[in-house]
Amino acid sequence: MQYSSKVMEHFNNPRNVGEIPDADGIGNVGNPICGDIMRLYIKVKDGIIVDAKFKTFGCGAAIATSSMVTEMVKGKSIEEALNISNKAVAEALGGLPSIKMHCSVLAEEALKSALADYYKKHPK
Amino acid sequence: MKKIYLDNNATTAIHPDVLKEMLPYFEGFYGNPSSIHTYGQETRKAIEDAREKIAKLLNAESSEIVFTSCGTESNNHAIKGAAFSLQNKGKHIITSKIEHHAVIEVCEYLSKKFGFEITYIPVDKYGIVNPEDVKKAITDKTILISIMHINNETGTIQPIEEIGKIAQERQIVFHTDAVQSVGKIQIDVKKLGVSLLSLSGHKFYAPKGVGILYVRKGLKIHSLLHGGSHEKNRRAGTENVPYIVGIAKALDISHKDMAEESKRILYLREKLEKGILDKIEYSQINGHPENRIYNTSNISFDFIEGEGLLLSLDMEGIAASTGSACTSGTLEPSHVLAAMGVSPTKSQGSIRFSLGRQNTEAEIDKLLEVLPNIVSRLRMMSPLWEDKQKGIETQFEDSKKYH
Ligand SMILES: Cc1ncc(COP(=O)(O)O)c(C=O)c1O
Ligand code: FES
Repeated sequence: MQYSSKVMEHFNNPRNVGEIPDADGIGNVGNPICGDIMRLYIKVKDGIIVDAKFKTFGCGAAIATSSMVTEMVKGKSIEEALNISNKAVAEALGGLPSIKMHCSVLAEEALKSALADYYKKHPK
Repeated sequence: MKKIYLDNNATTAIHPDVLKEMLPYFEGFYGNPSSIHTYGQETRKAIEDAREKIAKLLNAESSEIVFTSCGTESNNHAIKGAAFSLQNKGKHIITSKIEHHAVIEVCEYLSKKFGFEITYIPVDKYGIVNPEDVKKAITDKTILISIMHINNETGTIQPIEEIGKIAQERQIVFHTDAVQSVGKIQIDVKKLGVSLLSLSGHKFYAPKGVGILYVRKGLKIHSLLHGGSHEKNRRAGTENVPYIVGIAKALDISHKDMAEESKRILYLREKLEKGILDKIEYSQINGHPENRIYNTSNISFDFIEGEGLLLSLDMEGIAASTGSACTSGTLEPSHVLAAMGVSPTKSQGSIRFSLGRQNTEAEIDKLLEVLPNIVSRLRMMSPLWEDKQKGIETQFEDSKKYH
């Protein structure tokens, strides 16, 4: 199994590691099979995601996809963010080994969970 | 960058003297050992000399040594061979929960496809099988006991001699997977009381792709490969002459170097473990504190996951592994650590360092220099670490798509 250079680059220099203390939404998702856990924080202003941060307990792909998904959502509207799929995250990383595709699913679900949390905290 | 190889339980680099010994059998001596002419006689002699050398080192007889293609084949041959030849007496096999996949999956195959009943003996928190449990599991249908000698993931040593005594008393065929012990410690098949023993060359500086099955005199088991009278009808196929020459040389060297090397490597391993436990909080050794082979260290680093650790170490030129190399393709935590009661989360953060003849003290120093930074970098990214700092319990939803 070999990771793409983009995955390794994100694993080595992950973007947006950290917490957002006054986050508008937090997603916490764990994969029951591999046991990995992803936590995603978002900050929303006027319907736009202005900041995103993550903490991940997981493999190299889990860390790289967390990093990538936080990069992808920044500046996007909530609606646009809801359309980010795990495939898009994996593609942006130059692909993932097939046994590691589920790691990108974790990223998609962490994002959806953060958005759901945002809606819960900010009912329209 | 200088590379540091700390994965000698996965495989080792060929010893230069082993290679030198093998080369003539790739170049000049290529006769088929079954041939009657001089070409054949030369290679036949090479094989029989190798067999004799190996037999002596294991306190066996030459006729009890069968050359195979690897440790996996030896295990398959021993277990399937014994099961098929003895099934008229009963179809019960006793093994343990911490065996290598090359034993466990053979047992699963016999159970699923041929209706054998398998008992998997549990282990204690150090990963040791209690011989009393083996004794209790024996029924009048038990035809085979297979318990490994040294565990590949933790290095813990099993009480083979005691189990051997039980097996002899009850006259049950006893196999041990000694792939991780041969070449590291002195093996005496009589003292161990085994009827079958598997070993593999690439764990002690011979090439990959050559193994041995010791079959005690008088024991008849089915063959895996049919098609010729090679190896006294036990394993058909033209012998791999250079590799057989190589494995004999490698075993010979390892025995000559053993007294010194075992001390030297133990010193390095102790330094590694002490250094890690001192410098990195929330780290623990998995396996028995003393009853463990001198080259192996399995260490859990809480709150982080092993793959990230391995990738980061690899970038520093350091090669280690998570549990067994054969399981790196799966996502499930190690069955060995699970059997020892290590929690899945802890198990995910465990790394195996396995030392060998090429390792130096400077290499261990280098590891101890870079590892603490790697662990803290990964902990900074970990939600489990964040919650630990805050003193709260980690909460999360289960992923929906992958159940
Ligand atoms: C305990 C044990 N048994 C069996 C094997 C398989 O040996 P081989 O790689 O020669 O097939 C290994 C190593 O891979 C091992 O560590
Ligand atoms: S292996 Fe589970 S997230 Fe990558």
